[in-house]
Amino acid sequence: MGELTDLTVAEIRDGFRAGDFSAREVAEGFNANVAAAKALNAFIVETPEKALAAADAADKARAAGEPLGALSGVPIGMKDLFCTEGTQTTAASHMLEGFVPTYESTVSGKLWSAGAGMLGKLNLDQFAMGSSNETSYFGNVISPWRRNDGGNAALAPGGSSGGSSSAISARLCPAATGTDTGGSIRQPAAFTGISGIKPTYGRCSRWGIVAFASSLDQAGPMARTVRDNAILLEVMSGFDPRDSTSLDLPVPQWEANLSSDLKGKTVGIPKEYRPDGLNAEISAMWDRGIEWLKDAGAQVVEVSLPHTKYALPTYYIIAPAEASSNLARYDGVRYGQRDLPDGAGLQDMYAATRAAGFGPEVKRRIMIGTYVLSAGFYDAYYTQAQKVRALIARDFELAFEKCDLLLTPTAPSAAFALGEKQADPLAMYLNDVFTVPASLAGLPAMAVPGGLDSAGLPIGLQVIGKALDEQTVLNASLAIEERAGFTARPDKWW
Amino acid sequence: MTESTYRIQGATGEWEVVIGLEVHAQVTSNAKLFSGAATAFGAEPNTQVSLVDAAMPGMLPVPNRECIRQAVRTGMAIEAQINKWSRFDRKNYFYADLPQGYQISQLYHPIVGEGAIDIVLDEKNPETSTKRIGVERIHVEQDAGKLMHDQHPTRSYVDLNRSGVALMEIVSKPDMRSPAEAGAYLSKLRTILRYVGSCDGNMDQGSMRADVNVSVRKPGEPFGTRTETKNVNSVRFVMAVVEHEASRQVDVLEAGGKVVQETRLYDPDRGETRSMRSKEDAHDYRYFPDPDLLPLELDDAFLEECRQSLPELPDAKRRRYEQDLGLSAYNAATLTADADTARWFEALLAEGARIQKKSEGEVAKASANWLLSELYGALNRLGKSLDESPVGPEEGAELLALVADGTISGTIAKQVFEIMLETGGRAPAIVEEKGLKQTSDTGAIEAAVAKVLADNADKVAQYKGGKEALFGFFVGQTMKAMQGKANPQVVNEAVRMGLS
Repeated sequence: MGELTDLTVAEIRDGFRAGDFSAREVAEGFNANVAAAKALNAFIVETPEKALAAADAADKARAAGEPLGALSGVPIGMKDLFCTEGTQTTAASHMLEGFVPTYESTVSGKLWSAGAGMLGKLNLDQFAMGSSNETSYFGNVISPWRRNDGGNAALAPGGSSGGSSSAISARLCPAATGTDTGGSIRQPAAFTGISGIKPTYGRCSRWGIVAFASSLDQAGPMARTVRDNAILLEVMSGFDPRDSTSLDLPVPQWEANLSSDLKGKTVGIPKEYRPDGLNAEISAMWDRGIEWLKDAGAQVVEVSLPHTKYALPTYYIIAPAEASSNLARYDGVRYGQRDLPDGAGLQDMYAATRAAGFGPEVKRRIMIGTYVLSAGFYDAYYTQAQKVRALIARDFELAFEKCDLLLTPTAPSAAFALGEKQADPLAMYLNDVFTVPASLAGLPAMAVPGGLDSAGLPIGLQVIGKALDEQTVLNASLAIEERAGFTARPDKWW
Repeated sequence: MTESTYRIQGATGEWEVVIGLEVHAQVTSNAKLFSGAATAFGAEPNTQVSLVDAAMPGMLPVPNRECIRQAVRTGMAIEAQINKWSRFDRKNYFYADLPQGYQISQLYHPIVGEGAIDIVLDEKNPETSTKRIGVERIHVEQDAGKLMHDQHPTRSYVDLNRSGVALMEIVSKPDMRSPAEAGAYLSKLRTILRYVGSCDGNMDQGSMRADVNVSVRKPGEPFGTRTETKNVNSVRFVMAVVEHEASRQVDVLEAGGKVVQETRLYDPDRGETRSMRSKEDAHDYRYFPDPDLLPLELDDAFLEECRQSLPELPDAKRRRYEQDLGLSAYNAATLTADADTARWFEALLAEGARIQKKSEGEVAKASANWLLSELYGALNRLGKSLDESPVGPEEGAELLALVADGTISGTIAKQVFEIMLETGGRAPAIVEEKGLKQTSDTGAIEAAVAKVLADNADKVAQYKGGKEALFGFFVGQTMKAMQGKANPQVVNEAVRMGLS
């Protein structure tokens, strides 16, 4: 056995239960890695004491022969979009800098109840708006990966869950939470060679997660293996009466039902996802993925999702519209940032507070959202976008009459360098082109690594499933994982 | 149905007033519309605020079933269409009393559609003076908090106790044509809400307030431009707003000006309205469906339960009081105008019927008269409301039973009632204790009559000379001599005998 910090969640769980090592040893190992990785800027707040406290509780419970939780002995990272009682929660914004919730989000609470310990609050794009982590008020996260070109360009870890992806691939934590509005779990997972699943909308409660776009936001796990994702997702899911959009359904036993045997399953390959000019290496990886799934026993058919080309514009109307309203509560009146210039009235306070509290990308989206909802433009933008959204969902329904799952690339390229796309928001938005449609349709979708490109950077695949059929998504991802044999890891330079 | 003849006389002729009301009624519920926080009136500032009401990051609304139920029941009480599918929208604007930065309301798909309320303009002739006022819709929405500007020299304080409290917005059609109709509509609406129990109707506590839309036109012409006077909090003020605003608009128009579509405020001290903001600087509320909430879908069982739980409504009750109980139109209207009064009356009736072993119809008239004259008179004097009455329906029924069975006279009953009010004692015991039982002892009464006639020989002569009105004088004197305790019928008979 090598380093404890190289173990997967399943290995830590099982090894701890078997008495191979103590939970404290595991927590100490990860705490040390976190402390030594400041260069990655993956954490906004480190909470080694919380990781140790959970570990000690797990060790004590095990020694006393008490029942152990599903994640006893496992320390994890928590995206700083989840409100954590007593620990600063910022959404990577200046607006919420210093905000310490008096409450615990449903999902994080479930993880702690299952025995997990918190290593810290992970950096992200500000209010989860971004695809590179460059919009964080606390500085961008750096990917542990570097190109093999000898240059030392700092690469984007993806976004918005870039702290999570960077920390997992650098072995700062075995798993972490993410949230996904248009690809914020899947794209960073793809950029860093890990896996992550966005479950069906409504599987995980949104209660206590700082809202970006309510009709799209969904929490999910990120980890290095499909099995680990299944383990975490089981804990994170479940009906929550405090979230009206939460699904009142039992949580399936995804881990127990993992199987990479895809006999009898049909995989759809959406032709619209292979546009002219698609990156050749991404395209080749996709072809390899198709072969892997065939090898696992699946049939493969071409399907059509004709409204795919409208997905990005639709998303960039709906998400900013909801965000412009969701972020109205950050007004300086009750908590968080308040800028009160001398002699200022209420309107001046709003303006000063929001000017200082929000970064440029957040402001851009608030302005877009305000515009598309305003009188005279509402029907042309928002109403139209909702109609197209329904058509996109319908595309998937029709495709799923012919197949059980879809295989697509996750992102149109491997990780880009920090700063490369920052000047052009549209180029940045295009990063979500493959992930956004499943978000608009509320479908479960998972990113799983497939290999390295010629620059030595991870590229991956996306599996999209029918609503509520996370099992097939996990199983197909497992089939890919087994065949890809992805063991690459970034060389430690930090 | 009646046509209003209310007109404003202007220099250029007669003007007709057109009025529509948007009434905000706080839903009676222990919890807020989307949070579990309490809703009691008058609590210390910011003591009834949940994380949701304060719009903390990540907090989500969950509809409170009881608030929805009350809105549906209210809709049913005005015979409105209940929409089994409705949806919540966000109304976006910034203000310090609005923590979310938006109010959750229902613009596009309200829970209750069209209904109607019948108002009565002359309570003595309800059937001929009834006018039907259309209700456009009822939707539910959140209330905002309250700013307090008098707590600090340079700062304003925010009290979020009301933030998130459920309101029904009840929007009438522009069907009213006079201040009296507007007042009658608001009173009737309040009566219905109190009957249903969906709003306590306490306008002085802000649980009910009206936005008054007023325009004027020459009779027969299309609607004029309207103004909206916000947050008017009494029936009297609503009538005053209509009166003032209509004549103001007539003055503007007759001076060659135009009425500006704007929001106005009523100043009760000056009895006038003034401009608050015009349409030009009106907010763009950017309404859109609240993505935190699923559409509200009501099933048949829920609707049936709502329907079953409705009480007898004021119009039905008024008709029953008139037709089945034989009360006058006026008494029936007065007793049913308020749910509490009707409840009190019905308790009195039930108890009276039980004690006297009669039907409710047989005891109704005496009960109604006693309640409306004796009890109301006493309560007025004491400055108390009906629910603070020192005498309850049971005690009242005992008193009335003593009159009905001839144990005491009406005159004695008044005395007994006074003693009951003062001491809290019950009528049978007081009558017993004070020896107030009416006597039918013919011997004693005949002796008293004989004495009265002997003492007033001159009047007896006048009576016999044809001044028959003196009969009452002899009865009165006899009653006085008997200290009011004589049975009036026996006295009448004895006087007649004595004079014949």
